[in-house]
Amino acid sequence: MRLNDLLKQKKAAIVKQWFDMVVNTYPLDTSQFLKGQKDPFANPVGNTISQGIEPLFDELINKMDQNTITSFLEPILKIRAVQVMFSPSQAVAFIFSLKEVIRKNLKKETSDNEILNELLLFESKIDEMGLMAFDVFMKCREKIYAIKATDERNRTFKAFERAGLVAESQDAW
Amino acid sequence: MAALPKSDELFSKINYKPPQSGWMDTPAVLREGMFCFAAKPKSVETLSLPYPREWNPRNDDWLLPENWKEIIYEGMKDRLGRFRTFKIFMDICVRCGACADKCHFFIGTGDPKNMPVLRAELIRSVYRNDFTTFGKMLGKLAGARPLTLDVLKEWWYYLFQCTECRRCSVFCPYGIDTAEITIIGRELLNLLGLNIDWIATPAANCYRTGNHMGIQPHAFKDMLDFFVDEIEEVTGVRVEPSFNKKGADILFITPSGDVFGDPGTYTAMGYLMLHHYLKVNYGLDITWSTYASEGGNFGFFTSNETMKRLNAKMYAEAKRLGVKWILGGECGHMWRVINQYMGTMNGPADFLEEPVNPITGTKFENAKSTKMVHIIEFTADLIKHGKLNLDPSRNDHLRVTFHDSCNVARGMGMFDEPRYVIKNVCNNFYEMPRNCIKEQTFCCGSGSGLNASEDMELRLAGGLPRANAVKYVHDKHDVNMLACICAIDRAALPPLMKYWVPEVDVTGTHEMVANALIMPGEKEKTVNLRGEELPGK
Ligand code: SF4
Ligand code: SF4
Repeated sequence: MRLNDLLKQKKAAIVKQWFDMVVNTYPLDTSQFLKGQKDPFANPVGNTISQGIEPLFDELINKMDQNTITSFLEPILKIRAVQVMFSPSQAVAFIFSLKEVIRKNLKKETSDNEILNELLLFESKIDEMGLMAFDVFMKCREKIYAIKATDERNRTFKAFERAGLVAESQDAW
Repeated sequence: MAALPKSDELFSKINYKPPQSGWMDTPAVLREGMFCFAAKPKSVETLSLPYPREWNPRNDDWLLPENWKEIIYEGMKDRLGRFRTFKIFMDICVRCGACADKCHFFIGTGDPKNMPVLRAELIRSVYRNDFTTFGKMLGKLAGARPLTLDVLKEWWYYLFQCTECRRCSVFCPYGIDTAEITIIGRELLNLLGLNIDWIATPAANCYRTGNHMGIQPHAFKDMLDFFVDEIEEVTGVRVEPSFNKKGADILFITPSGDVFGDPGTYTAMGYLMLHHYLKVNYGLDITWSTYASEGGNFGFFTSNETMKRLNAKMYAEAKRLGVKWILGGECGHMWRVINQYMGTMNGPADFLEEPVNPITGTKFENAKSTKMVHIIEFTADLIKHGKLNLDPSRNDHLRVTFHDSCNVARGMGMFDEPRYVIKNVCNNFYEMPRNCIKEQTFCCGSGSGLNASEDMELRLAGGLPRANAVKYVHDKHDVNMLACICAIDRAALPPLMKYWVPEVDVTGTHEMVANALIMPGEKEKTVNLRGEELPGK
């Protein structure tokens, strides 16, 4: 597993460039802000991304534990699911952009066939993570739809129902 | 059949690069989830506002009147003359950018046009073009552009992505209040019948039946009667609210959301218990009105005139009943209207007395002109003078944080009163970080009439900075309850929490007051107003 060692060595640079790529999916004024503002409360989006991608990278070089991965994907995708400027594919594409970052950083090393083969295998792990990301994204969207559908009802209808001012079941709702 | 895209085409789309053009050259794209339904013609008509019609923001044709540009031009001219702030705010921005990253909608959506400075530029650019010599001469070089249909649509889209929360104004060295620019911008849109339904219909309901929900007086009373039964079940005490009582000491007005929507209903029960407690112990006579049955004012999000019209019933009812002064429930924008406009708009209310708490003797100097006191100040004053018998341990299962609503915090400077009350009625209180509270509070993301369901993505994105701070205190201190003193918050924060921090629930502050209040003649309580078991019972 020579590739893993290389990736561990270059981790800091790779994660930083990956972060920049994720953040550059936003319009210029926004990406500058996301990179520059370090206070996590003034910049929850930038902070969530930077908190999430390093452990995701670690999972790729380590166990690929599904629960761990999901737990780090969720905060990022929860945000991208409400940022409707992204289509679903654009929302999850940041996972795949890691491939580009790694290739750039291992330009020299990939002339070695063995490393190249390992890299192809590694990239299929990135694909796998991308698919997991899509599942997480869909869950977030479903949650939004559920909230949309029940918000009004929970607020008003329930109160009226408890007060006995409306019939108990109304199919129209 | 349309050809399938080639794989490299697909990839180039997925490998998304945002537009790098300047904001003026990047046309607005109206995205689902970010905007509300158009105002129903019937509601626009009820409010006697112009151009009621069925129109749909998704369609290219918004069915505007032929001379719409002229209407906007004249509307701007008129307002530049009438409102000095508008004129000044159009002229003095130096585009320093201090406000740019302070808006929760920019932070949450990542859309640069939600930077306050750009939101204002949307209108300012047209102002420069039509009303300044430089703009007329130099056009785009001077930051000017003519009003086109695309520009108008951009206005509509982004002026209804501002909750008029004024966070940006706290950071502007010139004190420019983008909220006021939004307010005027929405007025201009209303000249063309371009309101959203979540504002127009509640405002019309209010005009017809006295409250936003369109509930008639008897149903209003039915709901309060139901609360009386619920309170009796929990405490064993039957409270006796009075309605439209002439000669009562105080008229009580709260947003109708507290009467008709959860979890505000529990706060309304809290008011009823407090009123009863004060009646039995101190003989204070507080009455509700079925006519002035709405504290909120969605006219405020429509136009100056509509706001004035809806607000007028408060003083009218106080006068008719002959009360001494008015006590107002937990609300946000209701207080902005009262505190900032009511005194001059529908006053002076010289038929009322300067508010004095008859139980403690405290003079509410700040309410000298409006004659209306916020219940959180009133309760804080009662507690300070030891007039309430409280057992905070009844709220021991709660680990509470407090959301400052923009209008009472930034608009009225009411920071300490709610915290004082909360700390006296519960034992576990934790603040969110300093740059998320008090004058820097983050909006719930749903204020100023954006509290609909169809724009849920906008609300959830705009509420992210608030939810993020709640999540922090939840993770760190196990906080499980978010308290507030605003009816819109009580409606807006539950879905926000459900999405971002599902472990945290939402409560009005007077719900907690009532749960801690030891009522004269109460039975041994085992549950709270929500029917949940009390700690240790
Ligand atoms: S902080 Fe004030 S002066 Fe600076 S860009 Fe914003 S509105 Fe303009
Ligand atoms: S008033 Fe609030 S919502 Fe509007 S631009 Fe300023 S910070 Fe944003």
